[in-house]
Amino acid sequence: MSTPTTTTETRPDSSASGNALTQRRSRPGEVAFRLAMQACLLIAFGVLAALLTWVLVKGWNRLDSRLWTEMPTGLVSRLDGAGVQSALVGTLWIISLVALICLPIGVLSAIYLEEYADNTRWYNRLLELNIQNLAGVPSIIFGILGLGIIARALGLGFTVITAAIVLSLLVLPVVIIATREAIRAVPQSIRHASYALGATKWQTVSRQVLPSAVPGIATGSILALSRAIGEAAPLIVLGAVTFITFNPDGLDSGYTALPIQIYTFITRSQSEYTELAAGAIVLLLAIVLAMNSIAIFVRNRFEKRW
Amino acid sequence: MNRNVLSRRVLAGTALAALALTGCSSNNEGADGGEKLSGEVKVNGSSTVAPLSEAAATFYREVQNGVNVSVGTSGTGGGFERFCKGETDISDASRPIKESEIEACEAAGIQYKELVVANDALTVVVSKDNDWADCLTVDQLKAIWEPNSKVANWNQVDPSFPDEPLKLFGPGTDSGTFDYFTDEINGEEGASRTDYTASENDNVVVQGVAGTKGGLGYFGFTYFEENADKLKALKVDGGAGCVEPSLKTAQENTYQPLSRPLFIYVSDAGVKKEQVADFVNFYIEEIDEIVLEAKYVPLTEEQKSTLQAEFDALKAAA
Repeated sequence: MSTPTTTTETRPDSSASGNALTQRRSRPGEVAFRLAMQACLLIAFGVLAALLTWVLVKGWNRLDSRLWTEMPTGLVSRLDGAGVQSALVGTLWIISLVALICLPIGVLSAIYLEEYADNTRWYNRLLELNIQNLAGVPSIIFGILGLGIIARALGLGFTVITAAIVLSLLVLPVVIIATREAIRAVPQSIRHASYALGATKWQTVSRQVLPSAVPGIATGSILALSRAIGEAAPLIVLGAVTFITFNPDGLDSGYTALPIQIYTFITRSQSEYTELAAGAIVLLLAIVLAMNSIAIFVRNRFEKRW
Repeated sequence: MNRNVLSRRVLAGTALAALALTGCSSNNEGADGGEKLSGEVKVNGSSTVAPLSEAAATFYREVQNGVNVSVGTSGTGGGFERFCKGETDISDASRPIKESEIEACEAAGIQYKELVVANDALTVVVSKDNDWADCLTVDQLKAIWEPNSKVANWNQVDPSFPDEPLKLFGPGTDSGTFDYFTDEINGEEGASRTDYTASENDNVVVQGVAGTKGGLGYFGFTYFEENADKLKALKVDGGAGCVEPSLKTAQENTYQPLSRPLFIYVSDAGVKKEQVADFVNFYIEEIDEIVLEAKYVPLTEEQKSTLQAEFDALKAAA
């Protein structure tokens, strides 16, 4: 009996007209599958809603300018006047450097692989396979690599630049893969037309293919940067688990980052620290949300349809 | 009042800076004591000692805001690993340096001094209504707290105790107190039964134990002192007879195994840097207030003079 009810609820217009298609859609299997999908969606959103509610309720008292105008403190008695400025500035430093390091390398690698490399050659296919694999390597491995090679062997130490290089390596495969997808989506006819007009390969790539692929590249890159912002595991081994009351002032400066600061606050036993951590989580979510909104805006603004 | 504390600290800091300068001829900024230091001080190590160093760093910033003090928490072992590579100036430690770590430091040519900056003590507490238990041995505590322990009644702890249900309270797994207690009593850090009321808020433990006739819990000694009117502290027998937890037994380390000294290790290469020497000087000068903030057991006068003497020796050698 419940079957027709569902139909009426979801498609009132069609059921009124007695459409044969909607009749078929209301078979029990269909309904069960639909409910299962809705349940999955509910679980996903339920968890998100629970998380957001928790951080908003917990951190409500801390959601003001103190968060970014004040430094963290080691004194419980002074938590009232404390914030996460050094962590926020550290995160902004790192993410700007990641963008500077990782975007040119990632985009150029993708152009080579997509436009120049001959993928019938075994070494190019091996290269591709490895980039795919690299995207699946746990981030802590990149942290250990950074600790051994960049921090110690290269002697860059536990600094902002080390963190930026390691996070760049971490998100590089994501940028390359996203850029290749974007370049591949540019129709072959555009390239052929360009060649037909006498353009060289470089002219074709730089004046036709790349501009058309910008929305895809930008979206992929910003999403990769959002991932880098929230990454905590590699930074833990790179000396970011640090109580710092100064802002980084150069590439060789000590630093801490928002996810790490949140982690250290949460592990303190006093409940005041938990509140501050919740406030910092809201701040981090706001930054990630803002970056993702930019990605959506860029895609919608520059998207081309053929 | 706050301003008074601050100005006192400024005075102390500048006086110390002047002292540090007179001993350090390579500096040419003059010994007028008012000059501003800069540079970095890198501290890393135990998360138990971190509250002390973080408090010191926060106070120090009020007198020398040009010096960037960073306090990392990689654990005692992780701290020594970096310290013996010359990557940090000061290492926070909740235990003395190990033989293997001494070798690593020697291999890298790092000279250092061990400084005791505070005493840490845990207290096992029961309700004021508990008139049967006065002292527990480490083995009895282990029987109660070890993983999968089935002890649920006081008469299972000791046949002479009455038939009274045992209700347990303790800190959550994130706290250094939990790590320390499980390490000393159960023999492995983090190993504990899990069917007890755990809270990161020590007040919950206080209220729970105070309101339950058969209750038992543990937390830092200073916290017991603040609530001594509501609770009864048990003596602990670590093999050398029952010892009562008190400021004195904690400072003398006779309250075993639940009291220990906390250390900072300072390298001679660190002390050669003016800002590091000044920071450690400040740390020592303000140690009472720092220990109070971090809620540990303060140093005795003797411990304090040893601390000063050890540091002076290090400075002289550097």
